[in-house]
Amino acid sequence: MATMMYWEALQRAHDEELARDPLVIVMGEDIGVAGGTYKATKGLYDKYGPERIMDTPISENGFTGLGIGASFIGIRPIIELMSVNFAWLAMDQIFNSAAKVRYMSGGQLTAPVVIRSPGGTAHQLGAQHSARMEKVFMGVAGLRVVTPSNARQAYGLLKSAVRCDDPVFIYEHELMYNMKSDVPDGEYFHPLEGSEIARAGRDITLFGYNISVHWCLQAAEILAAQHGIDCEVVDLFSLSPLDRAGIKASVSKTHRALIAEEAEAAVGVGSEVMAIINEECFFELDAAPVRVSAKNVPIPYNHTLEKAAVPSSKDIVHAVLKMLDHSQHPTSRDTSTSLHVGKS
Amino acid sequence: MKPADKKRVLREMLFARRFEERCYEAYVERKIGGFLHLYPGQEACAQGVMEAARPGHDYVITGYRDHIHAIKCGADPKAVMAELYGKETGSSKGRGGSMHIFDVEHHMMGGYALVGGPFPLAAGIAKGLKMKGSDAISICFLGDAANNQGTFHETMNMAKLWNLPVLFVCENNLYGIGTRIDRSTAVIEQYKRVSGYGIPAAQVDGQDVEIVYDAAKIAVDHVRSGKGPYFLELMTYRYRGHSMSDSNAYRAKDEERMWSKRDPIILLRDRLIKAGTITLDDYKTMDTEILDQIENQIIKFAEDSPEPVVTELEKYVLAENDPYVHPHSSRGTH
Repeated sequence: MATMMYWEALQRAHDEELARDPLVIVMGEDIGVAGGTYKATKGLYDKYGPERIMDTPISENGFTGLGIGASFIGIRPIIELMSVNFAWLAMDQIFNSAAKVRYMSGGQLTAPVVIRSPGGTAHQLGAQHSARMEKVFMGVAGLRVVTPSNARQAYGLLKSAVRCDDPVFIYEHELMYNMKSDVPDGEYFHPLEGSEIARAGRDITLFGYNISVHWCLQAAEILAAQHGIDCEVVDLFSLSPLDRAGIKASVSKTHRALIAEEAEAAVGVGSEVMAIINEECFFELDAAPVRVSAKNVPIPYNHTLEKAAVPSSKDIVHAVLKMLDHSQHPTSRDTSTSLHVGKS
Repeated sequence: MKPADKKRVLREMLFARRFEERCYEAYVERKIGGFLHLYPGQEACAQGVMEAARPGHDYVITGYRDHIHAIKCGADPKAVMAELYGKETGSSKGRGGSMHIFDVEHHMMGGYALVGGPFPLAAGIAKGLKMKGSDAISICFLGDAANNQGTFHETMNMAKLWNLPVLFVCENNLYGIGTRIDRSTAVIEQYKRVSGYGIPAAQVDGQDVEIVYDAAKIAVDHVRSGKGPYFLELMTYRYRGHSMSDSNAYRAKDEERMWSKRDPIILLRDRLIKAGTITLDDYKTMDTEILDQIENQIIKFAEDSPEPVVTELEKYVLAENDPYVHPHSSRGTH
């Protein structure tokens, strides 16, 4: 088990897949000679050459469509969209070509492309470089959406995505490329569906994905240390499809749910998880689920305003305490069973 | 083109005409739903280009006016008609419809319904062919109006930059839906628009299949020999509206009359009669045989075919049982 940074894990996955299969190619802006804005393709141009490591013009819809077309005849393109904000320009090809071609050809064609792109608010990048677009992708039939929260997932999800016959969108985060975690030394394929229990707990489930998993883990530490609340943190690394069984299992155990998301609340991961809870385990609930989401504003440039626009671990702590109505109840450590009145 | 080929070409173009006219009738009878974009008037374009190419070997992609391109690649007309009828025996098992005819076995990579969408897909297929060292080429048939999309410019740039084996065939029928080209497009002659990308181009009469063939031969040879992309503009006209929902009121009757005199089928027919290759009776016999084939084989097949079953509604959305969705090495997951 080696500790490596998120970008290093991505670079390793690229390198291994390029070495294994001559039909794997990488495309994107500055991914070749420059090695990638976030270094995920560092060194690959020198190793595999310009035919396979393709620096593209700044034509997002064009080169995304070109990669999709190549995938129709067996090429396995990994397309990097430098920022998810630019994915808006490639939506036509992602949605209309990649996601629909298997269905509208009656199963004759498939588009096994991987599209990687970082989103999220970073350091004062302003409204047009701070998009959180996961909700846009996850509502589209025919497209898989995964989002790694650590280096192990970044490595294993990319490996599986390259080999999977479906188009896979990998939503990364601009602030996470230097985050370190353990990655298996041997080849590791992360499942493209499911969820992971990042922290086991009894009192409430905090659902996170991508960067919000880390906010949830930080909040869980604070809630455990200062309030005796035992949080379970579930990492929703697959946003499409969402893990209905995993969501149900955790909520059936803790009877409370909070969803933390960096995006605006409307029509998002939180609302979808809430709907699944309603459909799968409504009568297991001891409290109404809550969302901790971004404010519904274009992301401001000003540092203070930017921070206020998106949630943090503090917001999760406050929301949990409010849900558990902590001022009026003893701590869960003392009376953990009382939190589950009516449940066996 | 040899006389025997010309006779076959005439028959195939007449078949294309009758096939589309029968689609029109089936649409009026409500046997065909959705949008239906028909090809009469433009037959010499697909025919002439595919005569010069290698159908079933070269890869073809196009827009929504796609029935005849699929048939030219080798698709079974019965499967195409069954697709229009929405039947399980259709080329896309009834999931695609008129605008999405695919026959991947014959390298018909599909009809796509977003104007300009196929440009980058065609270049991507060409990239794949180049990587694999194939001698096949990618052929993208689209209308003039597609050239006003961003994908046109993005793709021309990349196709030339990477020297991809792709032939762009612009079937210029002078209208983008209901708007005439001079009201939508600053430079009317489409072949001139690719000169900014360094792509060789030609413009020829798209109503004369022999002229189309000769021009396409040069274009196909250029692309197949590894010299990169080529752009071929074919001047043509559609005899019906843009789709079945189009009243066609925006076109001058004089203009329609002028183009009807340049009917690609009549042009070739009369030339072959004059040359003594066929007689008018031969032509009439040919027509009767085609109408019979369409009615008693193709329409009958579509009519008699089963509907898709609703229990298979969600099939073909994603790959079935893909091993990387739940690989064995998974751990700690639900």
